[in-house]
Formats: sequence, structure tokens, C-alpha cells
Amino acid sequence: MSTSSNSPLTAGTTRLVNLNSVLPWVIAAVALILLPQLFGSRSALTIINQMAITIVFALSYNMLLGQGGMLSFGHAVYMGLGGFFSMHVMNMVEGGLWLPLPLLPIFGGLFGMFFAFLIGSFSTRRAGTVFAMISLGVGELVAACSVIIVIFFGGEEGVSGDRTMGPEVFGWDFGSHEQVYYLTIFWLLIAALGMFLYSRTPIGRIANAVRDNEERAEFLGYSQRNVRWMSFIASGFFAGIAGALFAINYEILTEENLNLATSGTILLVTFLGGVGFFVGPIVGAIVFTLLQTVLGLYTELWGLYLGILFLATVMFFPFGLTGLIAMHIAPWKMGKIGHLVVPYAMLFFPAVLAILSGAAFMEILFHIREAGVGDSEMSLYGITFDSHAIWPMATAIVVFVVSVFIINRLSARVKAAWDEATHTGRAGS
Amino acid sequence: MSLLIVNILDGLVTGLLLFMLCSGLTLIFSMMGVLNFAHASFYMLGAYFAYQISLITGFWLGLIVAPIAVGVIGALIERYGLRRVHKYGHVPELIFTFGLALLIEEVVQFFWGRSQLPYNIPEALDFAAFSIAGNSFPAYKVFMIFIAVGIFITLLYILTKTRIGMTIQAALSYPETVQNLGHNVPLVFMGVFGVGTAMAGLAGVIAGPILGTFPGMAVLLGSIVFVTIVIGGLGSLWGALVASLLIGWIQTFAATYNVRMEDILTSVGFTKPEPVWDSAWQDLWTLTLPQIGPILPYLLMVIVLVFRPQGLFGKRES
Amino acid sequence: MSAPAIELRNLEKSFGLAKIIQGVNLSIEKGERHAIIGPNGAGKSTLFNLITGKYTPTAGQVLMHGEDVSGMKPFQINRKGLSRSFQITNIFHNMTVFENVRCGLLWSMGYKYSFWHMINGQKALTEKADEIIEQINLTSRRNMVAGALAYAEQRALEIGITIAGGADIIMLDEPCAGMSHSETELIVDLIRKVTEGKTLIIVEHDMGVIFDLADKISVLVYGEIIESDTPEAVRASVAVKEAYLGTTLEDA
Repeated sequence: MSTSSNSPLTAGTTRLVNLNSVLPWVIAAVALILLPQLFGSRSALTIINQMAITIVFALSYNMLLGQGGMLSFGHAVYMGLGGFFSMHVMNMVEGGLWLPLPLLPIFGGLFGMFFAFLIGSFSTRRAGTVFAMISLGVGELVAACSVIIVIFFGGEEGVSGDRTMGPEVFGWDFGSHEQVYYLTIFWLLIAALGMFLYSRTPIGRIANAVRDNEERAEFLGYSQRNVRWMSFIASGFFAGIAGALFAINYEILTEENLNLATSGTILLVTFLGGVGFFVGPIVGAIVFTLLQTVLGLYTELWGLYLGILFLATVMFFPFGLTGLIAMHIAPWKMGKIGHLVVPYAMLFFPAVLAILSGAAFMEILFHIREAGVGDSEMSLYGITFDSHAIWPMATAIVVFVVSVFIINRLSARVKAAWDEATHTGRAGS
Repeated sequence: MSLLIVNILDGLVTGLLLFMLCSGLTLIFSMMGVLNFAHASFYMLGAYFAYQISLITGFWLGLIVAPIAVGVIGALIERYGLRRVHKYGHVPELIFTFGLALLIEEVVQFFWGRSQLPYNIPEALDFAAFSIAGNSFPAYKVFMIFIAVGIFITLLYILTKTRIGMTIQAALSYPETVQNLGHNVPLVFMGVFGVGTAMAGLAGVIAGPILGTFPGMAVLLGSIVFVTIVIGGLGSLWGALVASLLIGWIQTFAATYNVRMEDILTSVGFTKPEPVWDSAWQDLWTLTLPQIGPILPYLLMVIVLVFRPQGLFGKRES
Repeated sequence: MSAPAIELRNLEKSFGLAKIIQGVNLSIEKGERHAIIGPNGAGKSTLFNLITGKYTPTAGQVLMHGEDVSGMKPFQINRKGLSRSFQITNIFHNMTVFENVRCGLLWSMGYKYSFWHMINGQKALTEKADEIIEQINLTSRRNMVAGALAYAEQRALEIGITIAGGADIIMLDEPCAGMSHSETELIVDLIRKVTEGKTLIIVEHDMGVIFDLADKISVLVYGEIIESDTPEAVRASVAVKEAYLGTTLEDA
């Protein structure tokens, strides 16, 4: 069963960043260490920590989807279980166990790995749709168990703890946000490096081979099931680390950490970023967290926009954001990127207008439906107007239609410029 | 005894409802190789459409128009969405339908809000059909059984007696051959997707008044539907039927009979630790059958997969 | 006298009611170059898939060096020293030529499921892979993505992956299918070179290739072997002529 080479899941011969050299890692580490000097506020650090946790989780998810070709709808289970277990260990520390907090993620990882070992033993026998459905079923099973097995999952309130009760490390008790930030990025770097190096080992390579062509791999001496199982276990380990980082940051875990919504979100994050690239999930996690934080402040329809964005990505840019950037490497290297500047600039304004007016249309509609009787005043993009009046809605519709029309007219030109810019190379998709 | 009969009938209603979803899902899967993650979302759309129509014309027109509307939307989504993703392979298709499920839920919330809608049983059917020793059985459920069995018989007739049915049958037995053939008949794909989603829509129309019409109804039923077809064996229509009924009954019985672990453990000779919430086994002692009812389908799936990876009726891949 | 490399005993395979392989007995000695020919639909590919573990036999046995391997999985059989190519090119399209060959080497060079070696740092592995690429004349294509190769080059790569693991039994399923005359000659030379001293089992439609390469030929018709002998004897056989209606062999 060979898959066509244009599948977004099996790309991966192109690279956005060459991670084989030490330089990008050092830059990332230095940037992360200096970051609190720039964004030192408590809320900024919270967001960055959330990003870091999402990155580790998304990278571990991509070990399955991108590198192993396994689509999981239940990956939250391994992060969640790792987190819950870490929480219990944290509480044992409070009870007298000697364990410095920075070592806690190892326990989360091992626990996630242990369950990945158990569940992987039957779920990795087949790839594709069957694997996806089993992951969904197991995910629902574990999420449902969380209200039954109260002693471990804490029922509806979940399990909480206090991270500062362990022995101090170099005088740090991890009470402050900054200290937790350094702990989190330390593990972010370790986990990212670990997952990157894993992809460069024989098993990492064979996981790609099984993903692309499981039959061929079997005739080369590899059991496809064992290869998938190994990837699954490794992925469970790193997901567990993400869970422990969550436990350290938020000091509480609930059913929400296990359920389908969380598993679905990580698929979304990874796919938006670009499944075929190692850095894809990193890009996805950063962009997603920012979007969520910013848009979540301004609109109640954030979920709707996210759904549209996700479907549009699957349909039009299946290689994700990273793929979109990577597409431009070839024209850049050939020195032809200049061909694209003008058409892109021309496309920019109608595109922005289309998005803003489309969103305005939805927001007005939503306001008309949701707002109380008599409350027809709404403000959008800094303009305050009467949502029940005709003109705001009419403006939104007209602007939307006109900008879509312009985009449509420009698309031929952009395509021509694109063909020109990629003329001699075989890059692009 | 009489409770038993009522439970058997109740389980039958749930099972047949599940089967209305599973059969469409299985048909789509067998023909196109796509597992439609958004299948339960079409079920939800059916209920919402029917509610909207019932506001204007009453229940009965919705019963006919809503499934058709859902089917048309399904066919359009296949034509303009799914087909675009088809070239990337089955996993991206599955991801597409997953995104679709998310989006449909958001759209439903956008138009109808987050709370449950007052979509009710039509008055004409709002009475007890019969009662056995004090346990009454609503006429509406009888109606549901008739609709589901009617659909099942129609489906059986189309599959075994018509030309298009023969093609679909061939797809069930020799998926690869017809899949290759299928590339030349996109219209059949569109049709099967439309009919499959319409059936899900119909299930939604008739289930909405009983199970509730709210934005979470798709997720609630969706996972069970997927688990059902995995248990039955992906692509097997008979497997889907058997597994649907099995799960329908398991869930109904588990919800009715309050078997308590405490009683079992005491009867085997264990003593209950007091107070129980200090014991490490507290969860085991307080376990009851209704409590674990919702997870039984998932447990069943795990057990089936461990012993029979291809599902109850699935064909083993050579 | 050692056991034959491959021995089939009353091998049968049915799909539903259709009995595709009906009691095949065949013995292939070590170091032999054995060709299996037969009309379309005779069951040649099925026989291949039975020997390599892709299918499980309905009845009968497959013995490899005297050991019963029937019912084993392809990877188990591969680990015992049998490697195969495919009729339809079956390579890793998204990987480079080098990575393709390296995948073929990993198990046999003992890396197994290792996650403690950095693959690019393995000198012996890289050298061995380059050596094989040299053998199959793809050195100039080393870093190209396999999916972008010309068809004939992909076929050569397929053979490269197949022999990379150092298996002593090599099974090639129509290695020359879809090739031009000159390409076929190159591939035949290549096969001869890389299977030196090994047992070769080959299915091929091109009779020129068969009579050029094979020490022994088995003729499979409707799931039965009607003749298994030297090329000269097979060429002379009346039964074979009847089975082929006298056409194909005349052309050869």
C-alpha cells in the first residue's frame, strides 16, 4: 500500500530549519532564557508556559501522526494520566517523600509511557482508520473512568496539589512564576531535543518507513505492529512529560485533561502547524495559543472561527503553516522571491478586508440573536453602531462580496507569479 | 418479568437508532473508504432542522423534509469538501470530517444557542401504547421502532433487489475493486454520502424529542456509534446491526438494574471497610451497574479488539 | 546433503471457493536460479506471497532450509534470510535513494528497534549503503527522492533494497515488467551480479530473461506445477507447449 507522495502526512523530506546543527538549539535556549526580560509580566509568563506545554504535547502527538502515520483521537489520555500521576507524586512529596520538583516530569513521562505500552499492545496492530477509532474509544473510556475511579482521578473536582512543598533546588522553591517558567522551558528544551534525536534513530527512521509503506517494511524484517507500538510508547512518554508540566503549572488536573475535546485540540494544533515538519507542531502551538488568547478576549465566536480555519487548512493548505512557509524556500533560494512581493501585497488588503467583513457579518448576526431585547448597541473594530440597523450588515456584506471578488480576480495573477517564481525548481505543491 | 420486556423494547429502540447511524456510516465507509467522523453531526442537524420546521408546520413535515435537507447538505459537502481532500488519502479525509464535526457543532450553537431546544413528541403520539404490569410503553417509541425497521427493510430491498444496490453490495464484498471503479462514478459517492447522511438526519429527527436536542447530542452519540462499528467489524452491515442491538441492550439493562458491587463483594465474603472513603478500594465498593453503564460499550470494544482485532463480523485481512 | 533452500509440500491456497494453488510440490536447491513461469492467472504471484508469508497457506507447508515457516509473518521469514521484490514497484517514495537502501540494511546490521544510535553517525551503515547504491548504479541519484526517479531506476532501487539485507534467498517478482529492451538487459546483468552465490527465485514474463538467467524452470498452470526441469527440457516439453498453446515459447 503505497501512498501518493503529495500526502500532507508523508512529506518530511523538506525542512524549514536545519535542526541537525547545534546553532538553532542554542538560539532557542538563549532566547527562552532572555524572554522574561522582555515579557516579565505574570500573565505573559503564564501564556508562554501554556505554549511550552502545548509544544511538548503537540510534538509528542506528531510522533504518532506525522512520523508514524497514526491518527489519534485520544492522545490527551497519556498527557492526562501523566499529569494525574505527577499530581499524586507531588502530594506524596508534601507527605514527606524526598523529590526535587524539577525531576517530577520524569515520573509523569514514565506513567504515560506505561499506559501507552498497555494500550498500544492492542491499538497499534492496525494503522489508519482502525487505529483512529480505537484511540477514540480508549479516550472516551478513560475520560469516563475519571468519574468512577475517584481515588485516582478525584471525581469531578479533580486532583490538586502544591508544587512548593519539595526540597529547594539552589534556593528555589518554585513558588514564583519566573521559577516555574525556567523549569518549564528547561523541560521543553529537553523534550524537544529528545524527540528530535529520536526521529534520527533507526527506530525513528523505520517509523517513517512503516508510515509510508508498511508492507515493504515488513519484508525488510520489521514488524509493523512493533514499530508502531514503539512510536506509541515513546510518544506516551513525552505526552506524560507534558502532563507533568501541566500539573506543575496549574497544580490541578480534572477530567478536562483527558477528554475528547483536549485530544481534538491537539490534532488541530498539530495540523494547523504542519504535520510533515518537525517544527510544525511548535509553530502550531505558538500560533494557536496566541490566537486563542487574543481572539478569546474579543469574541464569543472563537470556536466557530477556529473550525472554519481548521477546515480551510485541511482543504487548501494541508501542509499547514509551516508548509506554507517552506513552500517559499525554493523561490527564496533561487532569488526569485521578488516576483511574489507585488502580487502578495496586492492580495493583502482584500484578504484582510474579506476576513474582517466576514467576521463582522457573523458578529452582527450573533449580536442580533443573543443580545437582550432593547440592547441593540454593539461595537466592533472600535465602531459603535446599532446592530439591528440595516447599514452595518449591508456594509459588511458588500465589503465581503467585493473583496472576495477582487481576490478571485487577483488569484490568476498570483498563480502566474508563483509559477514564475518556482519555474526552474521542482518545489511547491 | 414485565420490566424485562419493557427493557428489551427500550434497548431495541436504542439499538435500532444506533443502527440507523451505523448503517449509513458503514455504507459510506465501504464505498469510499472514508470514516465519516461528522456522521453524528448530521444526526444532530436532522434534529435541529426538524425542530425548526416543526415550529412552522408541526412534527410531520419535518419528518420528511429535514432528512432530505440533511442529505442534500451531506451530498454538497462531499462534492465540494471531501472530494478535494480525497487525493491526500484516507487519514486527511478523516481529519476533514473531524473538522467538519467541530464546525457543525459551532454552527448549530451559532444559530440555535447552547441550551436544549423544546423539540417535543408530536401530540398525536404522546400516549402510552400499552402497559405491562404498571410499566407503560410510549407510543412514540413504537413509532420509532416502526420507522427504524421500515428503513432497515427499505435498505435491505434496495441493496438486494436493485441495480444500484448490487453495486453497493459488490462494494461491501470487494471494496478494492469497486473503490477503483468508484473513481469513475463520483456521482455514486455523492449519492451514497447523501443517503447515508440523510439516514443519520432521520435518526436525529425521531431521536431529538426523546434524547434531547442540544449542541452536545452529536458528541454524546458519536463516540458510541464509532465504537459500535468497530465492535461489529468495520465495513460489515450485519456486524453493525448485531453490535448496535447489543449495545442498545447493554446500556438499557445497565441503567435499569442497580447491581451494586458492595452486594457482590459482601456475598463473596468480604467485609465492607468502614468508613469506606478511607479505604484504597473505596471506588470498587461504591461501584454500581448504572454508574459503569456508559463505559460498557468502550470496555466491550477493548475486549473484542483484544480477542478479535477485526471485530465481531469483520473480515480478517490477509 | 543439506536441506533445499525452499521446499513446498502439497501447498494449497483458496480464496473463498476459488482454489488458486492446488497442491504444489517443489524443491529449490541452494544456489539455484529458479524461474517460475506460467500464463496469466496461473497463481504465480499467489505462490510468491505464500512463500514470503504475505498469505497463510490453506493447507501444506513451506520449508526454508528444512524449517517449517508456513504461517509465519513476512518479517519473521525475512529475518531468516529471505527477501523479495514486488511486481508493482514498492519502495519508499518519500525517502531518498540512500535512505531507502539504508532501511533495507537496518535489521540485518543489528540495529533492530534501536533508539540509542544516531543513524547518521553510523559509519559502517553509511558505507554499506553507499556500496549497494554503487552496485545498482544509482550513485549519481543518491540524494534524490525515490519518487522522482525514472521508472527503470526505481526498479533498480527495488532490487537494491531487496538484496541490501544480505538475504541468501532472493525472490524477484517480474523485475523486468514494463521495461524497454535495453533497460531489461541492464537489469538482467544487475540481477546476475547481485545474486551471485545466492538462491534466486524469479517470476518473469519475458522468456528471454528466463532462459538467460535460470538453471531450472517450473511451469505453473491453474495452480499446479506441470513441469519442473532444466530450460532445455522445459522448452521441449509437450505439456508446456499445450499449456501455452505453443505461442509464447516460440517467441523466445
